[in-house]
Amino acid sequence: MNEPLPYKWPEEGNSRIPYWVYSDPRVYEREQERVFGGASYSFVALEADIPNPGDFKRTRIGDRPVVVVRDTDGGVNVLVNRCAHRGARYCYREHGNAKEFTCPYHQWTYDLTGALTGVPFRHGVKKQGGMPDDFKLEDHHLEALKCALRGGVIFASFDHSMPAFEDYLGPKMLGYFDRVFDGRELGILGYSRQRMRANWKLMFENLKDPYHASLLHVFLVSFGLFRADNPSQVQMDEKTGMHSVQVSRRGEQKASEGTREMRQFDQELRLHNPEMLQPVPEFPGDATVVMQTIWPNLIVQQQSNTLAMRQIQTLDAETFELHWTFFGYADDDDAMTMRRLRQANLMGPAGFVSVDDSEVMEAAQFGLGKYPDSEAVVEMGGRGVEDQDHMVTEVSIRAFYDHYRNVMGF
Amino acid sequence: MTDDPRLLRYEVEELFFAYVECLDEGEIERWPDFFTEDCLYKIISRENFERGLPLAAMLCEGRGGLMDRVVSVTTTSVYHDRALRHLLSNIRVKGVANGVIDVQANYAVLETLTNEFTTVFNAGKYLDKLVRQGDGLKFKEKLCVFDSVMVPTSLIFPI
Ligand code: FES
Ligand SMILES: [Fe+2]
Repeated sequence: MNEPLPYKWPEEGNSRIPYWVYSDPRVYEREQERVFGGASYSFVALEADIPNPGDFKRTRIGDRPVVVVRDTDGGVNVLVNRCAHRGARYCYREHGNAKEFTCPYHQWTYDLTGALTGVPFRHGVKKQGGMPDDFKLEDHHLEALKCALRGGVIFASFDHSMPAFEDYLGPKMLGYFDRVFDGRELGILGYSRQRMRANWKLMFENLKDPYHASLLHVFLVSFGLFRADNPSQVQMDEKTGMHSVQVSRRGEQKASEGTREMRQFDQELRLHNPEMLQPVPEFPGDATVVMQTIWPNLIVQQQSNTLAMRQIQTLDAETFELHWTFFGYADDDDAMTMRRLRQANLMGPAGFVSVDDSEVMEAAQFGLGKYPDSEAVVEMGGRGVEDQDHMVTEVSIRAFYDHYRNVMGF
Repeated sequence: MTDDPRLLRYEVEELFFAYVECLDEGEIERWPDFFTEDCLYKIISRENFERGLPLAAMLCEGRGGLMDRVVSVTTTSVYHDRALRHLLSNIRVKGVANGVIDVQANYAVLETLTNEFTTVFNAGKYLDKLVRQGDGLKFKEKLCVFDSVMVPTSLIFPI
């Protein structure tokens, strides 16, 4: 997979993104190997998805199928969903509870750690056939990934030499992560999934781009939920720029110097059910929105009281899926649960806000997809990659591509 | 309340047919009129529904909630043009108790984006509660339970 690609990154560096990164299948293959299959921790599940011994859940890292399973001793294992015999997908339910995994094809059986425990006809039938004498079960375990757990969130890596998750995130990003995952037990509210006809990186860019939010999203802008004139920060991890956060504080529904250029701003817009936009503060500090993007596949959403993991799974260069897990805390009272469910109307496949993003990401793919030799201009907020104290910027997109280019050799 | 099950069935079918006609003909402003003031409307995936998870893709509480969706579709949301068409089948009155009529029906929504083939956008079942109000039936509760957890791009219009 190391054949040279016939491309050169634009001379301007991180303030340009060549469009071949969004459509070339060879770039996509290299991403599977180096981004998702390489030195990264991918989000795979919440511990609350698999609370009991034997609980499992299927998912994908990039496009590679894996199974996340709770072991009998309470530990968590992440196993490739590929039988060690001849490769069949042995786990064929999306979620459930199992004592062991039996591949349907020739019924090789594995325990919950992925160890091969049984091979039918291993010693043949009527002294005929069977495995060679030197066949050993322990040579044919399921491939297991390196796991990292923090605050009830499960990450996994194909690279067993990964540093601790805490070092991977860095202190600044870890602080934001721990703000939501503060040790309280989580409670699952439900799942949503969308398939988008767009390259997966457009999803990350969308969440690393506070610039668009003030212009595209009538809802956010008019109600002051997230807007260029609100006090805000965009921050990256200390070392690489691969992770970032957008932090902001809710403003009011009133006109200001900033709203003049927001054509979507509507001071008169009113909700019939205003409860949807009446959040209750629940985290320390005065930020009301923290959107964190964690390389290579996770967005942690905290907008008011709606909390969700948005996991990116890829299908091909021009298709990805967004897997949402909405959650709260196990000790939420009914009023808080109801609040979270109401505010979930902002997000997800039918979200008052996120519908705009889904549609516009496809519009981006439809526009740039067939022009691999053209490039994006990413100069809002300068050309650098340093933290900024406002949201009129595309800085974390530049930081993301700075790291991406290192990983991909571009 | 009519005692004649054939008459009731006719009335229920008329309501469902008028409901999907309203949506298919793009007359979404009239959509809340099919509901009672204190209605509950939800579009929820079969996965969440069957696992007892409360998260809905769309949750509207009362007619106000429906009207907020109307505002979003007609003024605030940004999306590609499309034509939608509902196909209904198997409309069944499952029971009548205390003035509430339980109805179940299958639906499929066909979606046609500009310059694309028509596809099945969403399919599932309605689990509804109807009540008589004035001279007609209205939805007191409408639950759209859709089969595929995977939504193609986005769910913009009500079902
Ligand atoms: S492929 Fe799984 S047992 Fe043969
Ligand atoms: Fe957005």
